[in-house]
Amino acid sequence: MIDWALIAESWPLYLNGLKISLILMAISVSASFLLSVPLAIARVSRNPWLSKPVFLYTYVIRGTPLLVQLYMIYFGLAQFEWLRESMAWPLFRNAWFCAWLAFALNSTAYTTEILAGALRQTPSGELEAARSLGMSTATIYTRILLPSAIRRALPQYGNELVMVMHATSIASAVTIVELTRTARDVYYNHLAPFEAFGLVAVFYFVITFALVGLVKLLEGRFLRHLRPMSIPSKAA
Amino acid sequence: MSKEMAAGPVEKLRAEELRKSFGTVEVLKGVSLAAKSGDVIAMIGSSGSGKSTVLRCLNLLEKPNAGRIIVSGEELRLVPDRRGELDAEDPLQLQRMRARLAMVFQQFNLWGHMTALENVIEAPIRVLGLSRAEAVARAEHYLARVGVSHRKDAYPSHMSGGEQQRVAIARALAMEPEVMLFDEPTSALDPELVGEVLRVMRSLAEEGRTMLVVTHEMGFAREVASRVIFLHRGVIEEEGPPAEILSNPRSERLQSFLANSLK
Repeated sequence: MIDWALIAESWPLYLNGLKISLILMAISVSASFLLSVPLAIARVSRNPWLSKPVFLYTYVIRGTPLLVQLYMIYFGLAQFEWLRESMAWPLFRNAWFCAWLAFALNSTAYTTEILAGALRQTPSGELEAARSLGMSTATIYTRILLPSAIRRALPQYGNELVMVMHATSIASAVTIVELTRTARDVYYNHLAPFEAFGLVAVFYFVITFALVGLVKLLEGRFLRHLRPMSIPSKAA
Repeated sequence: MSKEMAAGPVEKLRAEELRKSFGTVEVLKGVSLAAKSGDVIAMIGSSGSGKSTVLRCLNLLEKPNAGRIIVSGEELRLVPDRRGELDAEDPLQLQRMRARLAMVFQQFNLWGHMTALENVIEAPIRVLGLSRAEAVARAEHYLARVGVSHRKDAYPSHMSGGEQQRVAIARALAMEPEVMLFDEPTSALDPELVGEVLRVMRSLAEEGRTMLVVTHEMGFAREVASRVIFLHRGVIEEEGPPAEILSNPRSERLQSFLANSLK
């Protein structure tokens, strides 16, 4: 039978794990969003010196598992003496920094591709209209291209947020006591795997649905213009 | 009905010897035209004659291979790029000149993520530097002018084609341009929606606005235009007042074009 007393007792540990997971996710997706906007612009650039390096970056990152990337950053880099002797060593010695870096770099690759795809879908007529009215390239990006592309990317970006949330469980591999690590500790201490992992599954499930709901709210706010209306449109 | 000033109408737009090739095909073989204040010039011709390309070269949406473009006496400084096409020497001058030649497109090209009102205030704020309040007042004036005030908070995809095109006309009007360029503004509309857009254009012409209209609407050309240009295979085959051009076409090509486009 399910040991409810154990669940009640370890509840505070899980809440703490939840806090760590959410912080990890928040700092990772903030960084990846900020990085992926300029990278997506470079990715769709006609200049191969801009687009090719970004493609290479997203291709390599998307082609390797996040866990391997995290191991490379946390364990792999520590092998180099020049790094251990450099100013950056206190950072690379720190599990939090390494986890943040790995998640941010990983999510940046996926977010860049999502945004680049949305940028490419911009109707060319909307760009011509902007140019024909005398808008500068900077204005076209900030007022037309990015606002419309980010809106279009929102449903897919919602999936990416959920993926990052789930991926934070990988931080348990480098000593960070987030949700999954909390569950493993509870399991080791009490040898109650169903309670330990079942409860963590419920946590992830609830956060995922909260995220999906949040994205739906944002879609309702920002994608009104794509919603079908009851009145049939006469547009050609 | 152009308003002739005492000193005679001012020249608003002139293009000299525009040439344009797409690959090995030369679609414009030296087209020159001039519009004085209040002129309504209808450009007609079969598809592929190059009439839209002329319009799109005037504001450099297409880069011509040769030619000069002069807006109200100011010449757009052009330099050849690597592919031998002419590009603006100074991007800021190009932006200034484009703002004075607002364009209305066949496919409306409204910005989909903005409401009608937002579409109309955007360029006056960002390009002309109007305050938001000034831009909104101006936008409401012109949306009312084209009869779509009641749709100002609607998104383009929720409007009919005729409404979208009228918003697009208001968007161009809000720039208070010296010349308005219309690129087949009714060609993408359902037949029953063509009339509402043509009525707006006719009333703009009657206000004395300078307009360059690429169109298939012979009725509009006949009744509203002050001058008609017939383009054939990248050259101006005939031009003159509509009564003359459309009633007594001299060239065989224009005769057969008109015979085929009579409805």
